[in-house]
Order: sequence, then structure tokens, then C-alpha cells
Amino acid sequence: MRLNRRGFFKVVGAAGVAVAGTGQNAGAWHSKAPKDPYGCLVDLTRCIGCRKCEEACNRVNRLPPPELPFDDPTVLDTRRRPTDKAYTVVNRYYTGKLDERSKLVPTFVKIQCMHCQDPACVSACIVGALTKKENGAVHYDVGKCIGCRYCMVACPFEIPAYEYYDPITPRVMKCTFCYERISKQGGLPGCAEICPVEALTFGKRSTLLEVARKRIKQDPARYLDHIYGEKELGGTSWMYISGEPFESVGFRPLPAEPIPRLTETIQHSLFSYLWSPALLFALLGGLMWSTHKKQNTSEKGGES
Amino acid sequence: MDAQACPVNQRFWTPGVVVLAFLMAAGAVAIVARFVGGIGYVSNLSNARPWGIWVGIDVASGVALAAGGFTTGFLAHIAGRHYYEPIVRPALLTAMLGYTFVVLGLIIDIGRSWAIWKPMIFHNTNSVLFEVAMCVMFYLNVLYLEFAPIVVERYKGRVRLPGLLAIFNGPAEALLSLADAVLPKIMWILIIAGVVLSCMHQSSLGSLMLIAPTKIHPLWYTPILPLLFLTSAIAVGYPMVVFETTIITSSLKRDGEMHILASLTRITIFLLGFYMVLKVGDMVVRGTYVYLLDGTAQTNSFLVELILGVIVPWVMLLCPAVRRSRRALFIACTMIVGGVLLNRINVFIVGFTSRLSDGSYFPSVSEILVTVGLISGLMFIYRVLVTYLPVLSGAHQEVSS
Repeated sequence: MRLNRRGFFKVVGAAGVAVAGTGQNAGAWHSKAPKDPYGCLVDLTRCIGCRKCEEACNRVNRLPPPELPFDDPTVLDTRRRPTDKAYTVVNRYYTGKLDERSKLVPTFVKIQCMHCQDPACVSACIVGALTKKENGAVHYDVGKCIGCRYCMVACPFEIPAYEYYDPITPRVMKCTFCYERISKQGGLPGCAEICPVEALTFGKRSTLLEVARKRIKQDPARYLDHIYGEKELGGTSWMYISGEPFESVGFRPLPAEPIPRLTETIQHSLFSYLWSPALLFALLGGLMWSTHKKQNTSEKGGES
Repeated sequence: MDAQACPVNQRFWTPGVVVLAFLMAAGAVAIVARFVGGIGYVSNLSNARPWGIWVGIDVASGVALAAGGFTTGFLAHIAGRHYYEPIVRPALLTAMLGYTFVVLGLIIDIGRSWAIWKPMIFHNTNSVLFEVAMCVMFYLNVLYLEFAPIVVERYKGRVRLPGLLAIFNGPAEALLSLADAVLPKIMWILIIAGVVLSCMHQSSLGSLMLIAPTKIHPLWYTPILPLLFLTSAIAVGYPMVVFETTIITSSLKRDGEMHILASLTRITIFLLGFYMVLKVGDMVVRGTYVYLLDGTAQTNSFLVELILGVIVPWVMLLCPAVRRSRRALFIACTMIVGGVLLNRINVFIVGFTSRLSDGSYFPSVSEILVTVGLISGLMFIYRVLVTYLPVLSGAHQEVSS
């Protein structure tokens, strides 16, 4: 069992709850984001919709074969979401942009787990099966999972998928950021390794932000001045730059506030060291004692 | 005044009980299907919609409507109002069975039912759900221990197990004697712990959905949602007691505890009024009243919850004529119970939207059968237990007092 540095309580005894806390003042919330994580930059102006990333993802993660082959162009006619059989999908959007021959220009958008810096799913997970690793990956440990699906409720990007048709041992399925591969020296995620047009750039998040800023600065006509994922929800490991407004290609505007802040602040300010339950217990005990004392005296008074 | 509780001595297989048994059987079939084909085989849940009525009704509403247990326990045993003693045992039984079925509902809903013990080993103290789970686990045990003296009272020195089971007569007797020796000494701890644990997880159930600010409709998403959940649970405790006592006394043709119920609802005026002020005040402070007339299903559901579930019954309870009339009191309390039920459904289901993927959801027939089956099972076991155990107060209580 790992000690949570911000204090944790431990349940002792069968009848009651006692306190064994370590840590600091829980009143002020602070981010638990890793300092120097890896990330991935998606350049939507470069993506050609070849779906090689989907194919590589399927292969390196040993996912089941798709219904339609990866080179079937009709797949792009429907808007898809990641599923328990596909960690990443590419969708096509027509935003109304025209080329020089007045033909609509498509924008392709790859979606997968964003690997948030302060992930809501990690905060929500009842058993800590989901963790944010130092290298940036949001990692799922099936050995702890009980299948409550609270992570899916929490995820603002609606990414985790569930094996709903497995009656006994279903798993939460989502992009792993190829955790094992990127843990090795020089390892790349399957999708970033295969991308033929360098629409996916893997590297340290801080470096990627510089790369993104440089591209935007060098070609301001090509890009919007917005790196999606730099500030959204306190930052994500996967980030996007685009020539089309993000709202028109399936992204939602999101606040800069990390999602876990509110619930964690409520939980820790109320329940650190179990001070409020202990106080309530003492108050009720006092009330009970005084009412019983009063009733006993009045009964005795009545008898004599 | 001590109300004498005694077992119910009446024909068991009434038409109502037969219907319950039938619904239980239908639910059992759906539950078997869930454990054969998976959650997806029986439910309309999806990746965009991971929680449905099994969480919204079986778990969240189940916990809220079992609040009668700790609120009456507080009144009679901590505040020392022994006048209310006759309703403590039925409310305790409802709470005990309610929480038992909350856990059964969870076992069906979670994907890896066999792993339900894991939160005891793997802790995430950042998780609201972890705290809720720990509280529910401890409180369920507290409820069993609080109920144990009723079993002791009935069977101590009288254990006669049938047939081969007779070899367990000795151990069962020893267990009852042990309970009889220990429980009275620690009962005060259990009663207070029950109230404390209830306040903790009733409020935290409201914090649960605060992890999804982008998905919950602003009419319900408020930082004071935990406070609203706690105050509504406390407010619904006594109306729930009135609701079930009226049903039980009229179906078993017993005397209703009308004088007790009427004074319970006088307390409810304050408790429900407090919840109402918080709920309306929250709406005004956050300015969410701008949504009220937009005509969407979510807004309409909110209006029904607030007007028919809170404001109208509160006004009704203000009238002494309503509190004196058994029928009117029952209607008002049913509306309050329905209002809290609808609130939990609204927060967990109606108010939940997924903008990126198709998250439309309506429960499947099998999902509904599981929920209905569980509720029927609860009522059936309630009927069985009041037949064998002294839970309901004696038939002539009202006459003699």
C-alpha cells in the first residue's frame, strides 16, 4: 500500500474509525502533476487521415481486428469515438474551408486519451487503479479495478470505454500512451512512430510547447494562436494545434481549472484526520449524555 | 410509555405478497442474464453513459430513502424523545434492508462484482466514492448490530432450529447470549456512529457528481450539492417513515400511529423548509433561474422536483387540517419522498449529458426489472421479518394510550 503524501486515513478496528494521518495541511489544494512529463503534439494542419496511427495502435496493443480494414476510406464517413476495441480513432470534419478549386478541404482529427496533468479519472478512482505516472501516462492497473466506472463519469473528454459484454472480468479500455514503450530509452508510442507526415510529435511536454509556439509564430496564417491542451483543465500531455477553430472540429472549450480541485478540496477540508466526524461524534455524545442525565433525575424525582 | 412491539400474526400469502414474489422472480431472471451476458447484454449503458438507474435509483435513492433509520434513532435515543419509540424499529428495519439492497445493487452494477472488497485494501482518499464506500460498509454493519437486540429479544433461550439444523441450536444460542451481554453496553456508540456515518456519506453522495462539471446541468451542479444532499436526506427521513408506516398499517389493518406521525411532520416543516431555502437560494445566488423557462426535459424535471416535490408538500404540511388527516398526510409525505427520489434521478441521470458522444439513455426493460426486483425483494423480506420478529408495535397501542 502506497502512502498518499497529502495524508490518508486508515480504517482501524471493526466498530469504529480511528485516525492515522501523515502529511501537510490539506486546506490548500495543489496540483500533483508530474514536473517533466512526456507529451505528444498533434498538428491538425498536417494530418492526411491515412489512419496508419489507428493500425499501429491496434497492432502494438494487440487489440482485436476491426470490422472494416484500416485502409477502407468509407470508415471516415461516420463520426466515431474510441471504444473498448480501438484506443484511438481519426474523424473527418468539413469546416467550410475551400481549396483553390473551390473544393471542401477536410480536417482530420485523431482522438485518444489526453493524459491530463491532473486527471479527473485518477482523482475519482475508488481504488487508485488509475495513476498519473511521472512520464506523463495515465496508467490503468486492472488488478485493482472493481468496475465501478466512476472514471468514465469523471472524464471530461469521454474517453474510457468499457467491456460491457464481459460478464465477469470486464476492463476499462483506453489509450495507454504506450506506457511500456515510452518507459524505454528512445521509445515512441506506436501511433507517433508510424505517422508518415509527422502530424504526431512525441517528446517532453515543455519541448513540445516550444515547438508548437514556433510553428504558430513562423506561419500565423496557417495556425490559430491556440495550443489546445496547454492550459485546458490545468494542461494535458496530448496537445493540438489547428488551422480551424477547435469548436468546429470536435473540441469543447474547457476552463483552465483542474477538475479534481473542487472535490478534493471539499473532501480534505472536511475529512482530514476525520476531524469533522470526530467533532460530530463528540457533540452527539454530549447531547445524549445530557438528555439521559436529565431524564434519570426527573425519574428519580418522580419516585421519591 | 413503552410501546410493545410484537410479531405480526396474519396470513402471509396475501395477493400483494404474491405479486412481490412474481416481480422478484422476474428480477432474478434479469440478474442471471447480467451475470451470463454482461452488463451490456441487459442494460442500455454505454461508454458515454456509464451510470444508469442501478446507480441513480438502487444506490443513490436507496441510501437517501433509508435516512429514516438514523433520523428516528437520533430523535428517540440521542435527543431522548421516547415518545417516538414505536417508529424506531420499523425505521431501523427499513434502513437495514435498504442498505443491504444498496450493496446488492452495487454488486450487480459494478463490472467486477467479485472484487467489491478491494477498496478495503486499495485506498484512494482523493476519491469521493472511496469515502462513500467505506461509510456504507461500516454503516451496514452498525445497522446489523443495532438490529441484533430485536433478534435477541425474540429468540434468546428459544432457539429451535428445524430438522438437521438443530445441531446449530447451541452455537446460535451462545451467539445470542454474547450479543445480549455485549450490545447493550456499546449501543450508545453504535447509535451515535450511525448518525455520524450517515451524515458523512449522505453528503458525499452529493459530492460524487462534482467530479463532472462539464457534464452535469447547471441547475444541479453547485458546490453546495453535498449540503443539499445531506439536508434533503434529513428532511426525507420522517416523511419516509410516515409513508411506509401508513402503507404497512393499512395493508396489515393495524392502527396507525397517527399521533406520532402528525408530530413527526411538524418537525419536517422545519427540515424541509431549510432544504427548500437552500435549494431556492442556491438557484438565485448562482443565477440558474435563467434556465427555468427554456422548456427542455431537464428543466421541466427540475421544476417538477422543486414544485411538486418540495414547495407544494411543504405548504400542505403547514395546514393543521392536513396533519390531522391520515390521507392528506400520506399524500404530502409521498410527494416529499417522490421529490427526493426525483432529485437523485435528476442529478445522476437526467442532468447528466455527454456532449462529445451520443449519450442518450433510457433504461432497458431488463434494467428496470432488476431495480423493481430488488425493491420487491426488500419489501418481501421486510414482510417476512415482521412476521417473525417484534418490529411493529402492538395492534392496540393507540387505543390503550
